[in-house]
Amino acid sequence: MGAHESVHKKVTSLFVETINMRKTRRVVNINVQGKKYARTAVYSVGREKIREFAHAVKSSNPVNFDVFAAQTAGYADLVAPPTFAVVVQERSLATVLADPEADIDFSRVVHGDQRFVHVRPIVAGDELTSELTVASVKTLGAHSMVTFETQIFDETGALVCTAISTLVVRGDE
Amino acid sequence: MMTTHSLPKLIELEVGQVIGSTEFLLTRDSLVRYAGASGDFNQIHYRDDVAAAVGLPGVLAHGMLTMGAAVQVAVDWVGDAGRIVDYQVRFTKPVVVHPTDGAVLTVTGKVGAIDAEAHTVRVDLEAVFEDAKVLGKAQAVVRL
Repeated sequence: MGAHESVHKKVTSLFVETINMRKTRRVVNINVQGKKYARTAVYSVGREKIREFAHAVKSSNPVNFDVFAAQTAGYADLVAPPTFAVVVQERSLATVLADPEADIDFSRVVHGDQRFVHVRPIVAGDELTSELTVASVKTLGAHSMVTFETQIFDETGALVCTAISTLVVRGDE
Repeated sequence: MMTTHSLPKLIELEVGQVIGSTEFLLTRDSLVRYAGASGDFNQIHYRDDVAAAVGLPGVLAHGMLTMGAAVQVAVDWVGDAGRIVDYQVRFTKPVVVHPTDGAVLTVTGKVGAIDAEAHTVRVDLEAVFEDAKVLGKAQAVVRL
């Protein structure tokens, strides 16, 4: 346990996002670079989910809570907060983390960075699907950095948002 | 409770100008609430024993909670969450949330760049916890 602990202490400067107690030693399979994963099932964006999420990120912006305010501002319905797309991105990420070919050890994953590029904001009533591509796999010393690009589409097939996420998978030092 | 919020005017802005600053109190309740809202139930965000077992200094706030709260400074300034067209951060330091006192996150937004042609402003956000920045390259592009 001693060596295990010291490895963990070294990474406390990183933001540890997902850890459990598995002790397998793996890094990411470089061959998944460019791999595209199947579209996820439809995610239906509901008003109460938007309100709940907005409350959780400490928003007080009326367009997140008040349908009339959102419609006055020109939207069809309640507007989701700028980081709401993470909920949809998560569905695609789950398929990668479960993919034996990608071979990503979930217990060693740290969230490195995150970006959301919106064509338009997500609004209540949207029926979204997402499609994830492994944009790059890089090695940084003992660690691997995997960048995922998740495109989120609405029910008409139009792109709504691209979510870009880099996960750092810690290797042994 | 409709409030009319007039948009900031592009020509009146200057690079470096502070657009707002907010203190967010992140408590354990905030983390539980975010876990439920986002679906991220990683135990390091609510269990001291699990956090300690993996060598963390304590229960940590979700990085995505810090990211989501920080952008509210830009949202409040523009008055419309739908105008944040591009938002990115790098997670550089964890926010340790004390069981009773929580953690105070201070977020300040400044005008980082102005694009008159695209009619957008890049707001640079600085998120500070215990005198240290916890986000790197935190930038929100706002459509005016």
